[in-house]
Amino acid sequence: MTDIIEAFITGGIICVLAQLLTDYTKITPARIMVLFVVMGVVLGVLGIYPAIVDFGGAGATVPLTGFGNTLAKGVIREVNEAGLIGVLTGGVKAAAAGISSAITFGYIMAIVSKPKLK
Amino acid sequence: MSTRTGKQTVVMSNPPVIIGGAAIVGRKEGDGPLARYYDQIVDDEYFGEKSFEKAESRLLRDTLVKALEKCGKSASDLNFIISGDLQNQCTAASYALRDVRVPFIGIYGACSTMAESLCIGAALIDGDAAEMTACITSSHFCSAEKQFRYPLEFGYQRTPTSQWTVTGAGCVLLGKQGDGPAITSFTAGIITDMGIKDANNMGGAMAPAACDTILRHLEDTGRSLDYYDLVLTGDLGSFGRSMLIRLLKGNGIDVKDRYNDCGCMVFDLEKQDVVCGGSGCGCSAVVLSSYILEMMNQGKLNKVLFVATGALHSPTWVQQGESIPCIAHAVSLENVG
Repeated sequence: MTDIIEAFITGGIICVLAQLLTDYTKITPARIMVLFVVMGVVLGVLGIYPAIVDFGGAGATVPLTGFGNTLAKGVIREVNEAGLIGVLTGGVKAAAAGISSAITFGYIMAIVSKPKLK
Repeated sequence: MSTRTGKQTVVMSNPPVIIGGAAIVGRKEGDGPLARYYDQIVDDEYFGEKSFEKAESRLLRDTLVKALEKCGKSASDLNFIISGDLQNQCTAASYALRDVRVPFIGIYGACSTMAESLCIGAALIDGDAAEMTACITSSHFCSAEKQFRYPLEFGYQRTPTSQWTVTGAGCVLLGKQGDGPAITSFTAGIITDMGIKDANNMGGAMAPAACDTILRHLEDTGRSLDYYDLVLTGDLGSFGRSMLIRLLKGNGIDVKDRYNDCGCMVFDLEKQDVVCGGSGCGCSAVVLSSYILEMMNQGKLNKVLFVATGALHSPTWVQQGESIPCIAHAVSLENVG
């Protein structure tokens, strides 16, 4: 139960940040998404994001910042194992499951569903 | 023959008459305060078609058919159809009318298109180039979102100054004679760009254009705002509406209760979660060809200045960092005789 609450608080704070950017700045939604990925990379490199993941679990890994963190983590690991080429290969390798499932499930959903008014 | 008076205004010598009109809207508009004035409310946002673009075309065509039917006319009675919409290359109108064998004048004035089509239609009739014209515009929330913002599938959060594109089409038939309000003059607007770059704040961008055209119309015609029972802007929304009231006040004009905005009338701003109100080519078109036409025909409104506003940008230009050029055209509608 504590896990759920901690995940809720962590994920909630990340979403509130995005909502504040939407409401009080002119940054477009697409840019906010990119900003969050980059933020995840930076926090991942600095070792801050892993600490947030330790506390929040899925609340930190599921939002876009978590994707950025995975990219950073993958690059660091790959560079340690295979050298500088890891800068190019590590990120996508680590995020392979996420990227492939986004494409696969996105495609399936596009086939089985139709967009509608809210 | 029409004559130009002042800098931007054209006065009709034999004012063309709005002999009738029709408006068809979507479900959300059908839940709005003007529901009982529309000819048809369609629940299905696809209008029985496979895509939102085709849906909008279908809507535009159905509205023309409905207007002709209500006036007891057929397409062969029309000399011109003047029509436009918000899709790329104005295709909702082109595809809708490809089987209608009537000379077609496709126009683009963004959300000011309805007023623009009335100006052209009235000038053609007053200049003896036509006996009867149809003026028709449409917009569709789902196709406009894809065109100007993001596809619906993306499901993004709306910003506090955003407006809701009206799903609807409005059509009026203009004739040489008949019962109904007449177009006595119009004022073609000039492009106004105050440097606003936020494509989610159209009302704020367009209000100065509306102010400019209203002031110009009053100066050219020597009228005061009190001459009109109602000054009606197209789709400034609540934010742009209060901005226009402020701008006019700064020019010494108090609008009192003589001013309203179609974008604020078409939805219930408090209950319908549309943020600042309605927008789109269809917004002013459906309000004009349903509620306003009905009020004028009943004599509850006798003089209306219809000022449809448009934001003349494209997503490409805004992405390249350009500001939004805006325009407003004013059409003077009066019950004469």
